[in-house]
Amino acid sequence: MSCKPMKKDESVSLAQHRRTFFTQAAAGVSLMALAPGVRLVELAMANSEDSLPSNDKRWGLLVDTAKCESGCDECVSACNSEHGLSGHGRPETDAQWIRKVDLKDEQTGHELSIPILCQHCEDPPCVDVCPTGASFRRADGIVLVDKHTCIGCRYCMMACPFQARSFIHEDLTGQKTHSPRGKGTVESCTLCVHRIDEDQEPACVEACREAGHDALVFGDLEDAAGPLASLSSKTATRELRPDLKLNTGVRYTSF
Amino acid sequence: MRAPTFQHMPSSTLFWGVVAIVTAFVVVGFASAHHMESAGHWVTGMNNRVVWGVPHVFAVFLIVSASGALNAASLASVFGRETYKPLSRLSALMAITLLVGGLTVLVLDLGRPDRLIVAMTHYNFRSIFAWNIFLYTGFIVVVVVYLWMMFEPRMNRFVGRLGTTAFAWRLILTTGTGSIFAFLAAREAFDSAVLAPMFIAMSLSFGTALTLILSALIFSIRGDGLPTALMLNLRQLLGYFVIAVAFFVIVDHLTRLYGAEHHSLERFILLDGGIYPMLFWIGQILLGTILPAVILMQRRYKTLATTIAAALLVLVGAFCQLYVLIIGGQAFPIDIVPGFSETSGFFDGVIAEYHPSLAEFGLGMGGVGLALLTYLIATRVLAFLPTSGFDSGPSS
Amino acid sequence: MRVKVINLDRTSIASLITLSLIFLLITGAAVADVVTPEVPMGRGAQCVEPIEIMRRDHFEFIKHQRDQTVYHGIRGSKHSLAGCIDCHASKGTEGEFLPINAEGQFCQTCHTYAAVKIDCFTCHATVPD
Repeated sequence: MSCKPMKKDESVSLAQHRRTFFTQAAAGVSLMALAPGVRLVELAMANSEDSLPSNDKRWGLLVDTAKCESGCDECVSACNSEHGLSGHGRPETDAQWIRKVDLKDEQTGHELSIPILCQHCEDPPCVDVCPTGASFRRADGIVLVDKHTCIGCRYCMMACPFQARSFIHEDLTGQKTHSPRGKGTVESCTLCVHRIDEDQEPACVEACREAGHDALVFGDLEDAAGPLASLSSKTATRELRPDLKLNTGVRYTSF
Repeated sequence: MRAPTFQHMPSSTLFWGVVAIVTAFVVVGFASAHHMESAGHWVTGMNNRVVWGVPHVFAVFLIVSASGALNAASLASVFGRETYKPLSRLSALMAITLLVGGLTVLVLDLGRPDRLIVAMTHYNFRSIFAWNIFLYTGFIVVVVVYLWMMFEPRMNRFVGRLGTTAFAWRLILTTGTGSIFAFLAAREAFDSAVLAPMFIAMSLSFGTALTLILSALIFSIRGDGLPTALMLNLRQLLGYFVIAVAFFVIVDHLTRLYGAEHHSLERFILLDGGIYPMLFWIGQILLGTILPAVILMQRRYKTLATTIAAALLVLVGAFCQLYVLIIGGQAFPIDIVPGFSETSGFFDGVIAEYHPSLAEFGLGMGGVGLALLTYLIATRVLAFLPTSGFDSGPSS
Repeated sequence: MRVKVINLDRTSIASLITLSLIFLLITGAAVADVVTPEVPMGRGAQCVEPIEIMRRDHFEFIKHQRDQTVYHGIRGSKHSLAGCIDCHASKGTEGEFLPINAEGQFCQTCHTYAAVKIDCFTCHATVPD
């Protein structure tokens, strides 16, 4: 578009000129705005299900400790088989993404049993401390390790208040296609992100339901009408290590 | 006083003998690293509860000492203490080689040391670790330039300015190293701002002890002893620094002992934590603090031999202190659900076991060996060794 | 500013051309002589991109896809590593899948030939699910 030096008798044509400019600019801007959208559509199509992870969602878990049975470890075995976490007979170095912990109130003697796993914090200390940014939080709140950039320094394991992470201490073979994992990197619960991306619930939640306990409720914390948020709003829930103000995505009720 | 003159280390059987010994350490170090990396970390004592072990004790020791090793150079060019001028080149050299040794241990302990390039190309600036990568490499660059200013007569006039930069840098660097632990809010043994100044005091103390030992070593390899005035000055400094570390250790424990919140942690470190109270009281306090303090403060022990002995004791204390801090701090269980006792098949609520393997000590010693080897070889390559300019008597 | 021009006389140009031709002939002959690896293709005959492009750029595709999957949860699109393995894994004598990174298999054959270490299979599955 050319701009000639303006003369007084050209004022009319200038208005026209300006209009043309705005029309063209608007077209340009909308094209720029649309182009990534078009790209997004293409990417979303590539995904087998509807949408990319977004800030509108925040996946979480609610553990009803009243329903969680001491001695039951269906969630743990479901996790192990889903992700191919086979032990090497060395409990100190074997991977553990979810574990059952028995609690006893030191004053009253009240006992309960809870699963502890990655709490998928809103402000995860593991993500803060990771030097390469391999520990990250996906837009929909799932805390993951990008094992392509993990250098195995284990600083995240120092920082995690829940001891939810494991370091892979040996060469592995026979990994699951959907759960790549290998020596020298750190890993933890992925909330079964491969299942969530295909609109399924995490393996532990499914196993708990199938075992007849139904102590784990999976859902979107931001969706007020959804199972997780509506249940959480009706009952007292707590997060582990509330002193750290991490706003965890995994919450506990009935204790 | 005339400006000091310098020479290369003359070749001698003794020199090459010492080089051979430290080379052996380096070989053992790399062999250990190779073993750990090819088999995986399960062959070490480190596990999912104690994730940092003996290699990190060595690495932190070397990195903290590196900063302190610059004391002599800083005193000469920043604080104008001419006594230390003959040692300034060696002091800067030591700072670089100790840091390189420490970083090598740290890198070789990574789960994926082959991905070092990732650490150099991907940064998360919320991580103090990422900042430290710049602080460490930057420190090496600053000290190399500092050395150049010292060596090049036309650049000598900038020594003061570079010395000040290096001095400020090393304080920040040690603060950064202390903050690696101090920022860990989740673990009550670490979560404390006092760690940063404590690490600075530790760097002054460990660095001065190493300056005494390594200078005495290098001078005796050349065939003369550490000049008495220099020895006496360093000795006096070391005494102050040992007290400074003790001050921070006492303040740290008193603060935690006051409220009920940290009583079980303090019980663990000071009373019933097995090896940790033992290392604390016998290693860190008795051997590493009280004994050297007495030796260094008493006039009748003012000999080279007792001073070196005190410096060695300070190093023994240093290792015990770092072991208790780094490993004891991890062995103590995290209270995930306060008010409840925790039991699980994954070591919740129990003291974590840690049995260091030989390979870990091998790797750590390899780092020390690498620092010494580069230190020794450098004295052959450039004129680091002072031949004159020593004070004739005690300056203080 | 003047650009310096190298002046060549006719003889030089002629000899340069001759030399280049000889070089081309020799290398051309050499290429024909080189033993290229025989790569078992699995059941994959028609790749997601033309073979020439895949030979050169497969890693770029996989790497791009990897970040899409890890950070954006985009799975099952055409440049996934799982897709490569699905198509190109061969079966052994008893009908079992052979690891794609085993000596003589699809990935490893070429990588041995090119002397490039593969890092994918420290973590990733080597046979189809």
